[in-house]
Amino acid sequence: MAVEVTEKLQSIVERYKSGKSSLIAVMQDISQEYGYLPEDVLQEVSRLIDVPISIFYSLATFYSSFRLEPIGRKHICVCVGTACHVRGAAKIVETVERDLQIKAGETSMDGDYTLETVNCVGACALGPLVTVNGEYHGKMDQKKVTRLIKSIRQEISENQ
Amino acid sequence: MKLKPEDIRLIREKYASVSAIRSGEGTRGKNIDLLVCAGTGCVSNHSLKVKAALIAEIEKHKLQDRIKVVTTGCNGFCANGPIVVVKPEDIFYQLLKPEDIPHLVEEHFLEGRPVERLMYRPGEGKPIPKMASIPFFGKQQLIALSNRGTVDPEKIEEYIALGGYQALAKALTEMSAEQVIEEIKASGLRGRGGAGFPTGKKWEFCRNARVVEDGDSAFAKYIICNADEGDPGAFMDRSIVESDPHALLEGMLIGAYAIGATHGFIYIRAEYPLALERLTQALEQAREYGLLGERILGSDFSFDITVSKGAGAFVCGEETSLIGSLEGKLPEPRVRPPYPAQYGYMGKPTNINNVETWANVPHIIIRGAEWFSAIGTDTSKGTKVFSLVGKVNNTGLVEVPMGITMREIVFDIGGGIPGGKRFKAVQTGGPSGGCIPESLLDTPVDYESLVQAGSIMGSGGMIVMDEDNCMVEVARYFISFTQQESCGKCTPCREGTWHMLNILEDITAGRGREGDIELLEKMGRQIKETALCGLGNTAPNPVLTTIRYFRDEYEAHIRDGRCPARVCKALITYSIDPVNCTGCTACAKNCPVACISGERKQTHVIDQDRCIKCGMCYSVCNFDAVRVE
Repeated sequence: MAVEVTEKLQSIVERYKSGKSSLIAVMQDISQEYGYLPEDVLQEVSRLIDVPISIFYSLATFYSSFRLEPIGRKHICVCVGTACHVRGAAKIVETVERDLQIKAGETSMDGDYTLETVNCVGACALGPLVTVNGEYHGKMDQKKVTRLIKSIRQEISENQ
Repeated sequence: MKLKPEDIRLIREKYASVSAIRSGEGTRGKNIDLLVCAGTGCVSNHSLKVKAALIAEIEKHKLQDRIKVVTTGCNGFCANGPIVVVKPEDIFYQLLKPEDIPHLVEEHFLEGRPVERLMYRPGEGKPIPKMASIPFFGKQQLIALSNRGTVDPEKIEEYIALGGYQALAKALTEMSAEQVIEEIKASGLRGRGGAGFPTGKKWEFCRNARVVEDGDSAFAKYIICNADEGDPGAFMDRSIVESDPHALLEGMLIGAYAIGATHGFIYIRAEYPLALERLTQALEQAREYGLLGERILGSDFSFDITVSKGAGAFVCGEETSLIGSLEGKLPEPRVRPPYPAQYGYMGKPTNINNVETWANVPHIIIRGAEWFSAIGTDTSKGTKVFSLVGKVNNTGLVEVPMGITMREIVFDIGGGIPGGKRFKAVQTGGPSGGCIPESLLDTPVDYESLVQAGSIMGSGGMIVMDEDNCMVEVARYFISFTQQESCGKCTPCREGTWHMLNILEDITAGRGREGDIELLEKMGRQIKETALCGLGNTAPNPVLTTIRYFRDEYEAHIRDGRCPARVCKALITYSIDPVNCTGCTACAKNCPVACISGERKQTHVIDQDRCIKCGMCYSVCNFDAVRVE
């Protein structure tokens, strides 16, 4: 089933056709619009601009910022850059994995959480660092991150 | 309004009070600027709430005509944020909370008594009121970061007031393109992104490259700013873009004029949203003022810049990969020559420099090659920005003259190692660099000395490690990073790093074998010689340097089944010291697998069979009773 070609999607396609953006920019625009790269949208765009879907797939799986699955309501990123690493980021990742019962790179079944590691957010002085939906939480340790996850859980259950 | 060269001077005169206050020369006047750091570090520590509290309090006391609150980019002393600097007095306040502000405003600005409690204090010593007297800032020399923490990055007028765009006006009105290149060559400026290639020479190659007319592209030559800061642990480029975006634009404009480029790209990491926002705003302002676009400053020179968001690939640090990515392809490096200077973006001559390199350019044009080349060592001129992070007291961003020793950076500027721990190594150059041990702390920091020590200058990450860091594990960490980021095009890098990673994982898991160290050395040397691009050529460096300087740690893992730093899980056990244990139950309560037993006020015991070695008990014990062996 083809997706509805929205105005936004049309403008993304037009920008590519007029040579004003590259294929990567097209994919970034789609990600921005949908939060990820939905397969049916990619199929449709692939048809509209006459670029094989395999090229999209190749780019999407090479670059780390593209995702083919929707993201959880809470996007938790643990920084594992060197500065965070030497201050114990690996333990933070383990603790969050244990608390949320998902591995880094996964989204929980209920769609509440996505856990990822990131190779440096450039706030090294605050390491180890965790971001939740883009908000920074610095100087983490195992105890603090457990508390952070608890407060996120609470927030989600209150909103339900 | 499209500016003419003389307008730059007029704007500077109009905003003369800004430069007077910020430089501290305006002490006789009554006006005060409060510089609130809004770099990523301080913002994460809620500096914007501090700013809001300042504005509210100043308005409450009706001081707003005299006291201006200015948001600046990164101050550099990230460890102690949120930071506010009072200008022109140069009083430095740190670790501020919104609730400190009413007291601060009343005491300092109504009573005239600066608040000592909120100032920097070295160890147990007396508070140091003035920013310039704080040791962290003392040994620094600012060129690329000269406006850091003193300019509002969102106001082009402030950049001009502090001397900005003067260099561009000078280049366009007084110098030929060849003269600009000669000046940069004479300055000795080398690329600040990695390999340290002489910048002026690179520009000259691109300027002299012949454009092959094929009619499929509107532009003849391109310049690119690599702001895809991929090294984990390095954030100087992010900081420059956030705190002084116009310095980058001005550097690129001068470069484009010298090279004869008509269009430029800034390839910036998507993980840096604030930097992207500031950059976009700066570009708009520059266009409004006619500093980008057609006939810049009334000259014949036309140039514009497109911002391109990176999609997350470390290999884009390599020039040909970055170009591929800009063209919308997979970022796979290709064989050089031809170099981008001959065959770059869309097959046209292209020059790539990184943010810090571009940011140095305006200063060289204004102050001259002679001034610049007087700073630094014989082969490495000028300064270098480092992000000093890891196990060091004063984490943050520092700019130091080339030739300064590692010891000065780590101990004088960085204030040494926290918690009385022993220094072990400093890692430079990111995943492409190496670990430098204590015995080489007096090595001068320049391109050649670092290579001799087995590392590289790289983009400027400087990660300090202490006795609690296992060097085998650190080597495993870096190889796992490069292995993941290897694009897979050439076999030495794709397969070689994978095998090195396997061996290192075995060693850290207690499965190391005799001969592993020698095998790692052999493979490392071969990958360095045979890989296609810089990523593979340098990937073995962290392994080779840790073997070279910390061979005993590898041997302890392999021969004795022991991790001297007590990091590698398979080789350690946690236990509770009955002498120190007070029976507070903190460990038992927090243990995620409930394998600690014991009554309140009784010694607790860990069930070794069920222990997952997560270290939670160690981190929550307040009585130093959990032992790691």
